Amino acid sequence: MANVISDETIDYVGILSKLELSEQEKEQAKKDMGRMLDYIDKLNELDTSQAEPMSHVFPVHNVFREDVVTNEDLREEILANAPEQKEGQFEVPKTVE
Amino acid sequence: MDILDLTAVRLSEKIKGGELSAVEATKAVLGQISSVEDYYHCYVTVEEEKALRQAEQVQEKIKAGELSGPLAGVPVAIKDNICTEGMRTTCSSRILYNFIPTYTATAAKALKEAGAIVLGKANMDEFAMGSTTETSYYGVTKNPWNPEHVPGGSSGGSCAAVAAREAFCALGSDTGGSIRQPSSFCGVTGLKPTYGTVSRYGLIAYGSSLDQIGPVAKDVADCAALLEVLAVHDPKDSTSVRREETDFTAALVQDVKGMRIGIPKDYMGEGLDPQVREAVEQAAKVLEEQGAIVEGFDLSLVEYAIPAYYVIASAEASSNLSRFDGVKYGYRTEDYEGLHNMYKKTRSEGFGEEVKRRIMLGSFVLSSGYYDAYYLKALRTKALIKQAFDRAFEKYDVILGPTAPTTAPRLGESLKDPLQMYLGDIYTVSVNLAGLPGMSVPYGIDDKGLPIGVQFIGDAFQENKVIRAGYALEQTREWQMPDTKKGGR
Repeated sequence: MANVISDETIDYVGILSKLELSEQEKEQAKKDMGRMLDYIDKLNELDTSQAEPMSHVFPVHNVFREDVVTNEDLREEILANAPEQKEGQFEVPKTVE
Repeated sequence: MDILDLTAVRLSEKIKGGELSAVEATKAVLGQISSVEDYYHCYVTVEEEKALRQAEQVQEKIKAGELSGPLAGVPVAIKDNICTEGMRTTCSSRILYNFIPTYTATAAKALKEAGAIVLGKANMDEFAMGSTTETSYYGVTKNPWNPEHVPGGSSGGSCAAVAAREAFCALGSDTGGSIRQPSSFCGVTGLKPTYGTVSRYGLIAYGSSLDQIGPVAKDVADCAALLEVLAVHDPKDSTSVRREETDFTAALVQDVKGMRIGIPKDYMGEGLDPQVREAVEQAAKVLEEQGAIVEGFDLSLVEYAIPAYYVIASAEASSNLSRFDGVKYGYRTEDYEGLHNMYKKTRSEGFGEEVKRRIMLGSFVLSSGYYDAYYLKALRTKALIKQAFDRAFEKYDVILGPTAPTTAPRLGESLKDPLQMYLGDIYTVSVNLAGLPGMSVPYGIDDKGLPIGVQFIGDAFQENKVIRAGYALEQTREWQMPDTKKGGR
Protein backbone atom coordinates (compact mmCIF):
# COMPACT_ATOMS: atom_id res chain seq x y z
CA MET A 1 0.00 0.00 0.00
CA ALA A 2 1.47 3.30 -1.11
CA ASN A 3 -0.71 5.43 1.13
CA VAL A 4 -0.06 4.68 4.76
CA ILE A 5 -2.50 6.47 7.02
CA SER A 6 -0.96 7.41 10.35
CA ASP A 7 -2.72 7.37 13.71
CA GLU A 8 -2.55 11.17 13.74
CA THR A 9 -4.28 11.39 10.37
CA ILE A 10 -7.08 9.04 11.29
CA ASP A 11 -7.60 10.90 14.57
CA TYR A 12 -7.75 14.17 12.66
CA VAL A 13 -10.23 12.72 10.15
CA GLY A 14 -12.30 11.52 13.11
CA ILE A 15 -12.42 15.07 14.45
CA LEU A 16 -13.39 16.51 11.07
CA SER A 17 -16.06 13.84 10.59
CA LYS A 18 -17.37 14.11 14.15
CA LEU A 19 -17.05 10.36 14.55
CA GLU A 20 -15.80 8.36 17.49
CA LEU A 21 -13.95 5.24 16.44
CA SER A 22 -12.91 2.30 18.56
CA GLU A 23 -9.31 1.10 18.25
CA GLN A 24 -10.45 -1.72 16.02
CA GLU A 25 -12.51 0.61 13.82
CA LYS A 26 -9.53 2.95 13.56
CA GLU A 27 -7.29 0.18 12.28
CA GLN A 28 -9.89 -0.85 9.72
CA ALA A 29 -10.47 2.77 8.67
CA LYS A 30 -6.72 3.27 8.17
CA LYS A 31 -6.60 0.23 5.92
CA ASP A 32 -9.75 1.12 3.98
CA MET A 33 -8.72 4.72 3.43
CA GLY A 34 -5.20 3.79 2.40
CA ARG A 35 -6.51 1.32 -0.12
CA MET A 36 -9.05 3.80 -1.49
CA LEU A 37 -6.40 6.52 -1.81
CA ASP A 38 -4.10 4.11 -3.65
CA TYR A 39 -6.90 3.60 -6.10
CA ILE A 40 -7.71 7.30 -6.34
CA ASP A 41 -4.03 8.01 -7.07
CA LYS A 42 -4.76 6.59 -10.49
CA LEU A 43 -5.96 10.10 -11.32
CA ASN A 44 -2.32 11.22 -11.19
CA GLU A 45 -1.72 9.41 -14.48
CA LEU A 46 -3.86 12.08 -16.11
CA ASP A 47 -2.53 15.43 -17.19
CA THR A 48 -5.26 17.77 -15.99
CA SER A 49 -3.20 20.95 -16.16
CA GLN A 50 -5.32 22.29 -19.02
CA ALA A 51 -8.66 21.53 -17.36
CA GLU A 52 -10.45 23.90 -15.02
CA PRO A 53 -12.05 22.26 -11.97
CA MET A 54 -15.69 21.69 -12.88
CA SER A 55 -18.05 21.78 -9.93
CA HIS A 56 -21.19 22.01 -12.03
CA VAL A 57 -21.70 20.64 -15.52
CA PHE A 58 -23.94 23.46 -16.64
CA PRO A 59 -23.22 27.11 -16.09
CA VAL A 60 -25.18 27.80 -12.93
CA HIS A 61 -25.54 31.17 -11.35
CA ASN A 62 -26.97 32.31 -8.11
CA VAL A 63 -30.70 32.06 -8.31
CA PHE A 64 -32.55 34.74 -6.43
CA ARG A 65 -36.15 34.98 -5.40
CA GLU A 66 -38.08 37.18 -3.05
CA ASP A 67 -37.90 36.01 0.53
CA VAL A 68 -41.59 35.50 1.07
CA VAL A 69 -42.98 33.21 3.75
CA THR A 70 -45.09 30.57 2.04
CA ASN A 71 -45.40 27.91 4.72
CA GLU A 72 -47.60 28.09 7.77
CA ASP A 73 -46.43 27.75 11.35
CA LEU A 74 -45.06 24.23 11.69
CA ARG A 75 -43.48 24.64 15.09
CA GLU A 76 -45.32 21.73 16.69
CA GLU A 77 -44.69 19.33 13.80
CA ILE A 78 -41.02 20.25 13.61
CA LEU A 79 -40.53 19.99 17.35
CA ALA A 80 -42.24 16.60 17.32
CA ASN A 81 -39.10 15.28 15.58
CA ALA A 82 -36.76 16.61 18.28
CA PRO A 83 -34.96 13.98 20.35
CA GLU A 84 -35.39 16.24 23.39
CA GLN A 85 -37.46 19.38 23.72
CA LYS A 86 -38.24 21.80 26.46
CA GLU A 87 -40.66 24.71 26.53
CA GLY A 88 -41.11 24.74 22.78
CA GLN A 89 -37.40 24.60 22.03
CA PHE A 90 -34.79 22.00 21.09
CA GLU A 91 -32.99 20.82 24.19
CA VAL A 92 -29.23 20.25 23.99
CA PRO A 93 -26.54 19.64 26.57
CA LYS A 94 -25.12 22.70 28.25
CA THR A 95 -22.61 24.29 25.90
CA VAL A 96 -21.37 27.29 27.87
CA GLU A 97 -19.96 26.83 31.33
CA MET B 1 -54.60 -10.45 -17.54
CA ASP B 2 -53.84 -9.98 -13.87
CA ILE B 3 -54.16 -6.32 -12.78
CA LEU B 4 -50.69 -6.55 -11.26
CA ASP B 5 -49.13 -7.30 -14.64
CA LEU B 6 -50.34 -4.02 -16.14
CA THR B 7 -47.96 -1.17 -16.77
CA ALA B 8 -48.71 2.09 -14.96
CA VAL B 9 -50.06 3.83 -18.06
CA ARG B 10 -52.27 0.85 -19.02
CA LEU B 11 -53.59 0.58 -15.47
CA SER B 12 -54.50 4.26 -15.44
CA GLU B 13 -56.27 3.88 -18.79
CA LYS B 14 -58.40 1.08 -17.38
CA ILE B 15 -59.20 3.10 -14.27
CA LYS B 16 -60.14 6.16 -16.29
CA GLY B 17 -62.16 3.97 -18.61
CA GLY B 18 -64.15 2.65 -15.65
CA GLU B 19 -62.99 -0.98 -15.99
CA LEU B 20 -61.65 -0.91 -12.46
CA SER B 21 -61.18 1.64 -9.71
CA ALA B 22 -58.11 3.16 -8.11
CA VAL B 23 -59.23 1.51 -4.87
CA GLU B 24 -59.33 -1.93 -6.49
CA ALA B 25 -55.89 -1.37 -7.99
CA THR B 26 -54.54 -0.27 -4.61
CA LYS B 27 -56.12 -3.25 -2.86
CA ALA B 28 -54.64 -5.60 -5.45
CA VAL B 29 -51.13 -4.26 -4.94
CA LEU B 30 -51.52 -4.17 -1.14
CA GLY B 31 -52.57 -7.81 -1.40
CA GLN B 32 -49.42 -8.61 -3.34
CA ILE B 33 -47.38 -6.73 -0.71
CA SER B 34 -48.94 -8.76 2.08
CA SER B 35 -48.21 -12.03 0.31
CA VAL B 36 -44.62 -11.47 -0.85
CA GLU B 37 -43.17 -8.51 1.08
CA ASP B 38 -42.00 -10.70 3.96
CA TYR B 39 -39.89 -12.45 1.45
CA TYR B 40 -38.44 -9.66 -0.69
CA HIS B 41 -38.53 -6.77 1.79
CA CYS B 42 -38.80 -3.99 -0.77
CA TYR B 43 -40.18 -1.44 1.68
CA VAL B 44 -39.02 0.24 4.87
CA THR B 45 -42.54 1.56 5.48
CA VAL B 46 -45.88 0.55 3.96
CA GLU B 47 -48.80 2.89 4.67
CA GLU B 48 -51.83 0.78 3.88
CA GLU B 49 -54.52 3.00 5.42
CA LYS B 50 -53.13 6.18 3.91
CA ALA B 51 -52.86 4.55 0.50
CA LEU B 52 -56.46 3.37 0.58
CA ARG B 53 -57.71 6.77 1.71
CA GLN B 54 -55.72 8.46 -1.03
CA ALA B 55 -57.07 5.95 -3.57
CA GLU B 56 -60.63 6.85 -2.61
CA GLN B 57 -59.91 10.55 -3.06
CA VAL B 58 -58.18 9.96 -6.39
CA GLN B 59 -61.07 7.83 -7.60
CA GLU B 60 -63.50 10.66 -6.78
CA LYS B 61 -61.39 13.12 -8.71
CA ILE B 62 -61.14 10.81 -11.70
CA LYS B 63 -64.92 10.44 -11.69
CA ALA B 64 -65.33 14.20 -11.46
CA GLY B 65 -62.97 14.62 -14.40
CA GLU B 66 -60.44 16.52 -12.29
CA LEU B 67 -57.73 13.92 -12.85
CA SER B 68 -57.13 12.63 -16.35
CA GLY B 69 -53.35 12.31 -16.67
CA PRO B 70 -51.46 9.09 -17.52
CA LEU B 71 -50.69 8.28 -13.86
CA ALA B 72 -54.09 8.94 -12.34
CA GLY B 73 -54.93 6.11 -9.95
CA VAL B 74 -51.55 4.38 -10.12
CA PRO B 75 -50.11 3.03 -6.83
CA VAL B 76 -46.40 3.87 -6.54
CA ALA B 77 -43.43 3.34 -4.22
CA ILE B 78 -41.15 6.20 -3.25
CA LYS B 79 -37.51 5.72 -2.35
CA ASP B 80 -36.95 6.38 1.32
CA ASN B 81 -34.60 9.32 0.76
CA ILE B 82 -37.42 11.40 -0.73
CA CYS B 83 -39.32 13.34 1.92
CA THR B 84 -43.04 12.71 2.32
CA GLU B 85 -45.05 14.85 4.70
CA GLY B 86 -46.37 12.87 7.63
CA MET B 87 -44.78 9.65 6.34
CA ARG B 88 -41.61 8.36 7.98
CA THR B 89 -38.51 8.93 5.84
CA THR B 90 -35.42 7.10 7.07
CA CYS B 91 -32.89 7.02 4.20
CA SER B 92 -32.58 3.41 5.42
CA SER B 93 -30.47 4.77 8.27
CA ARG B 94 -30.73 4.35 12.00
CA ILE B 95 -30.01 8.06 12.39
CA LEU B 96 -33.42 8.91 10.83
CA TYR B 97 -35.31 5.98 12.37
CA ASN B 98 -38.19 8.18 13.56
CA PHE B 99 -38.02 11.16 11.20
CA ILE B 100 -41.41 12.42 10.00
CA PRO B 101 -40.92 15.16 7.38
CA THR B 102 -43.08 18.25 7.62
CA TYR B 103 -43.08 18.71 3.86
CA THR B 104 -43.16 16.66 0.67
CA ALA B 105 -40.37 16.67 -1.90
CA THR B 106 -41.30 18.45 -5.12
CA ALA B 107 -40.96 15.24 -7.15
CA ALA B 108 -43.23 13.24 -4.84
CA LYS B 109 -45.68 16.12 -4.74
CA ALA B 110 -45.81 16.23 -8.53
CA LEU B 111 -46.62 12.51 -8.59
CA LYS B 112 -49.37 12.88 -6.02
CA GLU B 113 -50.87 15.82 -7.86
CA ALA B 114 -50.90 13.68 -11.00
CA GLY B 115 -53.08 11.21 -9.09
CA ALA B 116 -50.47 8.61 -8.16
CA ILE B 117 -51.12 6.80 -4.87
CA VAL B 118 -48.21 6.49 -2.46
CA LEU B 119 -47.98 2.96 -1.05
CA GLY B 120 -44.93 3.54 1.10
CA LYS B 121 -41.21 4.08 1.21
CA ALA B 122 -38.84 1.80 -0.65
CA ASN B 123 -35.74 0.31 0.93
CA MET B 124 -32.30 1.48 -0.22
CA ASP B 125 -28.66 1.44 0.68
CA GLU B 126 -28.15 3.70 3.69
CA PHE B 127 -28.04 7.29 2.42
CA ALA B 128 -27.89 5.81 -1.11
CA MET B 129 -24.32 4.65 -0.50
CA GLY B 130 -23.99 1.19 -1.91
CA SER B 131 -24.74 -0.98 -4.90
CA THR B 132 -26.70 -3.82 -3.31
CA THR B 133 -29.29 -2.46 -0.81
CA GLU B 134 -27.43 -4.52 1.79
CA THR B 135 -26.26 -1.46 3.74
CA SER B 136 -29.85 -0.62 4.79
CA TYR B 137 -30.27 -0.51 8.58
CA TYR B 138 -33.69 -2.11 8.07
CA GLY B 139 -32.53 -5.31 6.41
CA VAL B 140 -31.64 -6.41 2.91
CA THR B 141 -33.97 -6.45 -0.07
CA LYS B 142 -33.92 -9.60 -2.17
CA ASN B 143 -33.99 -9.89 -5.92
CA PRO B 144 -37.43 -11.09 -7.06
CA TRP B 145 -35.82 -13.11 -9.88
CA ASN B 146 -33.83 -15.08 -7.37
CA PRO B 147 -33.96 -14.21 -3.68
CA GLU B 148 -30.43 -15.46 -3.14
CA HIS B 149 -29.22 -12.50 -5.17
CA VAL B 150 -29.13 -8.77 -4.45
CA PRO B 151 -31.52 -6.38 -6.20
CA GLY B 152 -28.70 -3.92 -6.79
CA GLY B 153 -28.62 -0.48 -5.33
CA SER B 154 -28.99 1.97 -4.07
CA SER B 155 -32.60 2.12 -5.34
CA GLY B 156 -32.90 -1.65 -4.81
CA GLY B 157 -36.22 -1.44 -2.97
CA SER B 158 -37.80 0.70 -5.70
CA CYS B 159 -36.64 -1.64 -8.47
CA ALA B 160 -37.44 -4.87 -6.64
CA ALA B 161 -40.91 -3.52 -5.75
CA VAL B 162 -41.68 -2.90 -9.43
CA ALA B 163 -40.30 -6.31 -10.43
CA ALA B 164 -42.20 -8.10 -7.64
CA ARG B 165 -45.35 -6.16 -8.61
CA GLU B 166 -45.48 -4.62 -5.15
CA ALA B 167 -45.81 -1.26 -6.94
CA PHE B 168 -46.73 -0.33 -10.51
CA CYS B 169 -43.82 2.06 -10.71
CA ALA B 170 -41.50 3.89 -8.36
CA LEU B 171 -39.27 6.85 -7.74
CA GLY B 172 -35.58 6.20 -7.35
CA SER B 173 -32.54 8.43 -7.16
CA ASP B 174 -29.27 8.09 -9.04
CA THR B 175 -25.94 9.54 -7.90
CA GLY B 176 -23.59 7.07 -9.57
CA GLY B 177 -25.92 4.52 -11.11
CA SER B 178 -28.42 3.98 -8.31
CA ILE B 179 -31.46 3.86 -10.60
CA ARG B 180 -29.92 2.18 -13.63
CA GLN B 181 -27.90 -0.59 -11.98
CA PRO B 182 -30.73 -2.01 -9.80
CA SER B 183 -33.10 -1.63 -12.76
CA SER B 184 -30.71 -3.80 -14.72
CA PHE B 185 -30.47 -6.36 -11.89
CA CYS B 186 -34.26 -6.49 -11.39
CA GLY B 187 -35.26 -6.55 -15.06
CA VAL B 188 -37.12 -3.24 -14.96
CA THR B 189 -36.66 0.04 -16.82
CA GLY B 190 -35.05 2.96 -15.02
CA LEU B 191 -34.16 6.41 -16.23
CA LYS B 192 -31.74 8.92 -14.76
CA PRO B 193 -32.63 12.33 -16.20
CA THR B 194 -30.27 15.14 -17.17
CA TYR B 195 -29.01 16.90 -14.04
CA GLY B 196 -31.41 19.68 -13.10
CA THR B 197 -34.45 18.12 -14.80
CA VAL B 198 -36.14 16.85 -11.64
CA SER B 199 -36.13 19.03 -8.54
CA ARG B 200 -33.96 17.83 -5.67
CA TYR B 201 -36.00 19.77 -3.13
CA GLY B 202 -36.85 17.25 -0.43
CA LEU B 203 -34.37 14.65 -1.65
CA ILE B 204 -32.04 13.95 1.26
CA ALA B 205 -28.71 14.88 -0.28
CA TYR B 206 -25.81 12.51 -0.87
CA GLY B 207 -23.69 14.05 -3.64
CA SER B 208 -25.63 17.19 -4.52
CA SER B 209 -23.85 17.88 -7.82
CA LEU B 210 -24.62 14.34 -9.01
CA ASP B 211 -27.99 13.41 -7.45
CA GLN B 212 -31.05 13.12 -9.67
CA ILE B 213 -34.46 11.64 -8.95
CA GLY B 214 -35.89 9.52 -11.74
CA PRO B 215 -38.51 6.92 -12.66
CA VAL B 216 -38.39 3.14 -12.28
CA ALA B 217 -41.06 1.27 -14.22
CA LYS B 218 -42.05 -1.83 -16.17
CA ASP B 219 -41.39 -0.28 -19.55
CA VAL B 220 -40.08 2.73 -21.45
CA ALA B 221 -43.54 4.24 -21.97
CA ASP B 222 -44.12 4.36 -18.21
CA CYS B 223 -40.73 5.99 -17.67
CA ALA B 224 -41.55 8.65 -20.27
CA ALA B 225 -44.95 9.33 -18.70
CA LEU B 226 -43.41 9.59 -15.22
CA LEU B 227 -40.64 11.88 -16.41
CA GLU B 228 -43.19 14.20 -17.99
CA VAL B 229 -44.81 14.59 -14.59
CA LEU B 230 -41.50 14.98 -12.75
CA ALA B 231 -39.74 17.43 -15.07
CA VAL B 232 -40.96 20.72 -13.69
CA HIS B 233 -38.92 23.79 -12.90
CA ASP B 234 -38.72 24.37 -9.16
CA PRO B 235 -37.67 27.68 -7.57
CA LYS B 236 -36.86 25.71 -4.41
CA ASP B 237 -33.92 23.96 -6.13
CA SER B 238 -31.34 26.46 -7.36
CA THR B 239 -29.98 23.91 -9.85
CA SER B 240 -33.41 23.20 -11.32
CA VAL B 241 -33.42 23.83 -15.07
CA ARG B 242 -36.37 25.37 -16.88
CA ARG B 243 -36.76 23.02 -19.83
CA GLU B 244 -38.58 24.04 -22.97
CA GLU B 245 -39.36 20.56 -24.28
CA THR B 246 -40.76 18.05 -21.82
CA ASP B 247 -42.97 16.09 -24.18
CA PHE B 248 -41.16 12.83 -23.52
CA THR B 249 -44.01 10.54 -24.54
CA ALA B 250 -43.76 12.01 -28.05
CA ALA B 251 -40.54 10.02 -28.38
CA LEU B 252 -42.38 6.72 -28.03
CA VAL B 253 -42.18 5.84 -31.70
CA GLN B 254 -40.51 2.82 -33.15
CA ASP B 255 -38.25 4.67 -35.53
CA VAL B 256 -34.48 4.66 -35.31
CA LYS B 257 -33.83 5.06 -39.04
CA GLY B 258 -30.66 7.06 -39.46
CA MET B 259 -30.09 7.31 -35.71
CA ARG B 260 -26.36 7.32 -35.02
CA ILE B 261 -25.51 5.00 -32.16
CA GLY B 262 -22.01 4.72 -30.73
CA ILE B 263 -20.77 1.83 -28.62
CA PRO B 264 -17.74 2.72 -26.49
CA LYS B 265 -15.13 0.04 -27.15
CA ASP B 266 -13.81 0.76 -23.66
CA TYR B 267 -17.17 -0.38 -22.24
CA MET B 268 -16.94 -3.74 -23.96
CA GLY B 269 -13.54 -4.95 -22.84
CA GLU B 270 -12.03 -6.56 -19.78
CA GLY B 271 -14.27 -7.19 -16.79
CA LEU B 272 -17.49 -7.42 -18.78
CA ASP B 273 -19.45 -10.63 -18.38
CA PRO B 274 -19.59 -12.37 -21.79
CA GLN B 275 -23.37 -12.81 -21.59
CA VAL B 276 -23.87 -9.10 -20.89
CA ARG B 277 -21.58 -8.29 -23.81
CA GLU B 278 -23.62 -10.58 -26.05
CA ALA B 279 -26.83 -8.83 -24.99
CA VAL B 280 -25.39 -5.42 -25.90
CA GLU B 281 -24.15 -6.76 -29.24
CA GLN B 282 -27.55 -8.30 -29.91
CA ALA B 283 -29.26 -5.00 -29.05
CA ALA B 284 -26.90 -3.20 -31.44
CA LYS B 285 -27.72 -5.68 -34.18
CA VAL B 286 -31.46 -5.32 -33.68
CA LEU B 287 -31.26 -1.52 -33.79
CA GLU B 288 -29.08 -1.70 -36.88
CA GLU B 289 -31.67 -3.91 -38.56
CA GLN B 290 -34.20 -1.19 -37.83
CA GLY B 291 -32.09 1.34 -39.67
CA ALA B 292 -29.81 2.78 -37.01
CA ILE B 293 -26.15 3.39 -37.84
CA VAL B 294 -24.17 1.61 -35.16
CA GLU B 295 -20.41 1.77 -34.69
CA GLY B 296 -17.78 1.32 -32.03
CA PHE B 297 -15.65 4.24 -30.83
CA ASP B 298 -13.15 5.14 -28.14
CA LEU B 299 -14.83 7.16 -25.42
CA SER B 300 -11.60 7.30 -23.38
CA LEU B 301 -11.01 8.11 -19.68
CA VAL B 302 -13.43 5.37 -18.60
CA GLU B 303 -11.12 4.04 -15.88
CA TYR B 304 -10.80 7.48 -14.29
CA ALA B 305 -14.51 7.97 -13.73
CA ILE B 306 -14.76 5.82 -10.59
CA PRO B 307 -11.86 7.37 -8.65
CA ALA B 308 -13.08 10.88 -9.60
CA TYR B 309 -16.62 9.94 -8.59
CA TYR B 310 -15.64 8.61 -5.16
CA VAL B 311 -13.66 11.73 -4.35
CA ILE B 312 -16.45 14.10 -5.40
CA ALA B 313 -19.38 12.11 -4.01
CA SER B 314 -17.63 11.43 -0.68
CA ALA B 315 -16.56 15.07 -0.35
CA GLU B 316 -20.11 16.27 -0.89
CA ALA B 317 -21.47 13.57 1.39
CA SER B 318 -19.15 14.54 4.24
CA SER B 319 -20.57 18.04 4.07
CA ASN B 320 -24.20 17.07 3.44
CA LEU B 321 -24.28 14.53 6.25
CA SER B 322 -22.87 16.94 8.81
CA ARG B 323 -26.46 18.00 9.55
CA PHE B 324 -27.18 14.70 11.26
CA ASP B 325 -26.12 15.52 14.78
CA GLY B 326 -28.95 14.39 17.05
CA VAL B 327 -30.19 17.91 17.81
CA LYS B 328 -33.31 18.65 15.79
CA TYR B 329 -34.50 15.25 14.54
CA GLY B 330 -33.62 11.60 14.33
CA TYR B 331 -31.55 9.43 16.60
CA ARG B 332 -29.71 10.77 19.66
CA THR B 333 -27.35 8.61 21.69
CA GLU B 334 -28.50 7.63 25.18
CA ASP B 335 -25.52 8.57 27.31
CA TYR B 336 -23.22 11.46 26.62
CA GLU B 337 -21.07 14.05 28.30
CA GLY B 338 -21.50 17.45 26.77
CA LEU B 339 -22.36 18.58 23.28
CA HIS B 340 -19.37 17.32 21.30
CA ASN B 341 -19.52 13.91 22.84
CA MET B 342 -23.22 13.80 21.98
CA TYR B 343 -22.52 14.65 18.34
CA LYS B 344 -19.79 12.05 18.05
CA LYS B 345 -21.63 9.24 19.79
CA THR B 346 -24.88 9.98 17.96
CA ARG B 347 -23.18 9.89 14.58
CA SER B 348 -21.01 6.87 15.35
CA GLU B 349 -24.03 4.86 16.51
CA GLY B 350 -26.46 6.30 13.95
CA PHE B 351 -24.45 5.75 10.76
CA GLY B 352 -23.49 2.40 9.28
CA GLU B 353 -20.04 1.31 8.18
CA GLU B 354 -20.20 2.31 4.53
CA VAL B 355 -21.57 5.76 5.36
CA LYS B 356 -18.81 6.37 7.89
CA ARG B 357 -16.22 5.18 5.40
CA ARG B 358 -17.39 7.76 2.85
CA ILE B 359 -17.74 10.59 5.36
CA MET B 360 -14.14 9.97 6.48
CA LEU B 361 -12.81 9.79 2.94
CA GLY B 362 -14.73 12.93 2.06
CA SER B 363 -13.46 14.83 5.10
CA PHE B 364 -9.93 13.77 4.23
CA VAL B 365 -9.97 14.83 0.57
CA LEU B 366 -11.39 18.22 1.55
CA SER B 367 -8.93 18.83 4.38
CA SER B 368 -6.21 21.42 4.00
CA GLY B 369 -3.13 19.98 2.39
CA TYR B 370 -5.12 17.41 0.41
CA TYR B 371 -7.83 19.56 -1.17
CA ASP B 372 -5.86 20.38 -4.34
CA ALA B 373 -4.34 16.94 -4.76
CA TYR B 374 -7.61 15.06 -4.44
CA TYR B 375 -10.70 17.21 -4.64
CA LEU B 376 -9.59 19.69 -7.30
CA LYS B 377 -7.87 16.92 -9.23
CA ALA B 378 -11.17 15.03 -9.32
CA LEU B 379 -13.06 18.13 -10.47
CA ARG B 380 -10.51 18.64 -13.27
CA THR B 381 -10.94 14.99 -14.27
CA LYS B 382 -14.68 15.53 -14.32
CA ALA B 383 -14.16 18.37 -16.83
CA LEU B 384 -12.14 16.04 -19.06
CA ILE B 385 -14.80 13.34 -18.85
CA LYS B 386 -17.47 15.85 -19.83
CA GLN B 387 -15.32 16.87 -22.82
CA ALA B 388 -14.98 13.22 -23.87
CA PHE B 389 -18.77 12.90 -23.93
CA ASP B 390 -19.10 16.22 -25.79
CA ARG B 391 -16.82 14.83 -28.51
CA ALA B 392 -18.83 11.60 -28.66
CA PHE B 393 -22.12 13.44 -29.05
CA GLU B 394 -20.75 15.39 -32.00
CA LYS B 395 -20.80 12.06 -33.80
CA TYR B 396 -23.63 10.11 -32.17
CA ASP B 397 -27.23 10.64 -31.14
CA VAL B 398 -27.01 8.10 -28.35
CA ILE B 399 -24.43 5.84 -26.76
CA LEU B 400 -25.27 2.18 -26.19
CA GLY B 401 -23.50 -0.07 -23.72
CA PRO B 402 -23.97 -2.34 -20.73
CA THR B 403 -25.54 -0.93 -17.56
CA ALA B 404 -23.40 -3.05 -15.26
CA PRO B 405 -20.50 -5.46 -15.89
CA THR B 406 -22.47 -8.45 -14.56
CA THR B 407 -25.96 -9.52 -13.56
CA ALA B 408 -26.96 -9.43 -9.88
CA PRO B 409 -24.34 -10.91 -7.53
CA ARG B 410 -25.28 -13.23 -4.69
CA LEU B 411 -26.26 -11.73 -1.35
CA GLY B 412 -23.31 -11.15 0.95
CA GLU B 413 -20.64 -11.24 -1.75
CA SER B 414 -20.22 -7.56 -2.51
CA LEU B 415 -19.68 -5.95 0.88
CA LYS B 416 -16.65 -8.11 1.60
CA ASP B 417 -14.64 -5.94 -0.73
CA PRO B 418 -15.96 -2.37 -1.05
CA LEU B 419 -13.43 -1.36 -3.69
CA GLN B 420 -14.47 -4.28 -5.88
CA MET B 421 -18.10 -3.25 -5.41
CA TYR B 422 -17.28 0.30 -6.48
CA LEU B 423 -15.86 -1.04 -9.76
CA GLY B 424 -19.34 -2.31 -10.63
CA ASP B 425 -20.33 1.32 -11.26
CA ILE B 426 -17.87 1.68 -14.13
CA TYR B 427 -20.47 2.18 -16.89
CA THR B 428 -22.83 4.37 -14.89
CA VAL B 429 -20.84 6.92 -12.84
CA SER B 430 -19.41 8.91 -15.73
CA VAL B 431 -22.98 9.74 -16.79
CA ASN B 432 -23.54 11.43 -13.43
CA LEU B 433 -20.22 13.25 -13.58
CA ALA B 434 -21.19 14.66 -16.97
CA GLY B 435 -24.80 15.34 -15.88
CA LEU B 436 -26.24 13.31 -18.76
CA PRO B 437 -29.44 11.28 -19.11
CA GLY B 438 -29.15 7.49 -19.07
CA MET B 439 -31.62 4.66 -19.15
CA SER B 440 -31.36 0.95 -18.42
CA VAL B 441 -33.62 -1.27 -20.50
CA PRO B 442 -33.95 -5.00 -19.74
CA TYR B 443 -32.65 -7.09 -22.60
CA GLY B 444 -32.30 -10.80 -22.07
CA ILE B 445 -31.78 -13.25 -19.26
CA ASP B 446 -28.47 -14.92 -18.42
CA ASP B 447 -27.93 -18.64 -17.82
CA LYS B 448 -28.54 -18.14 -14.09
CA GLY B 449 -32.02 -16.84 -14.89
CA LEU B 450 -31.12 -13.26 -13.98
CA PRO B 451 -32.05 -10.26 -16.13
CA ILE B 452 -29.52 -8.26 -18.14
CA GLY B 453 -29.84 -4.53 -18.72
CA VAL B 454 -28.46 -2.43 -21.55
CA GLN B 455 -27.87 1.27 -21.13
CA PHE B 456 -28.61 4.17 -23.45
CA ILE B 457 -26.82 7.44 -22.73
CA GLY B 458 -27.83 10.73 -24.32
CA ASP B 459 -26.38 14.20 -24.53
CA ALA B 460 -27.64 16.71 -21.98
CA PHE B 461 -31.39 17.38 -22.38
CA GLN B 462 -31.67 14.69 -25.07
CA GLU B 463 -33.88 12.27 -23.12
CA ASN B 464 -36.10 12.00 -26.18
CA LYS B 465 -33.35 10.26 -28.16
CA VAL B 466 -32.66 7.89 -25.27
CA ILE B 467 -36.36 7.11 -24.98
CA ARG B 468 -36.75 6.61 -28.72
CA ALA B 469 -33.83 4.18 -28.90
CA GLY B 470 -34.96 2.35 -25.75
CA TYR B 471 -38.51 2.10 -27.01
CA ALA B 472 -37.42 0.73 -30.39
CA LEU B 473 -35.33 -1.94 -28.70
CA GLU B 474 -38.06 -2.77 -26.23
CA GLN B 475 -40.51 -3.54 -29.04
CA THR B 476 -38.30 -6.41 -30.08
CA ARG B 477 -37.94 -8.11 -26.72
CA GLU B 478 -40.03 -10.67 -25.00
CA TRP B 479 -42.02 -9.39 -22.02
CA GLN B 480 -40.41 -10.95 -18.98
CA MET B 481 -41.24 -10.49 -15.32
CA PRO B 482 -40.24 -12.73 -12.41
CA ASP B 483 -42.73 -15.28 -11.15
CA THR B 484 -43.53 -14.05 -7.67
CA LYS B 485 -46.26 -16.61 -7.17
CA LYS B 486 -43.58 -18.92 -5.95
CA GLY B 487 -42.59 -16.11 -3.59
CA GLY B 488 -39.09 -17.37 -4.10
CA ARG B 489 -39.84 -20.31 -1.84
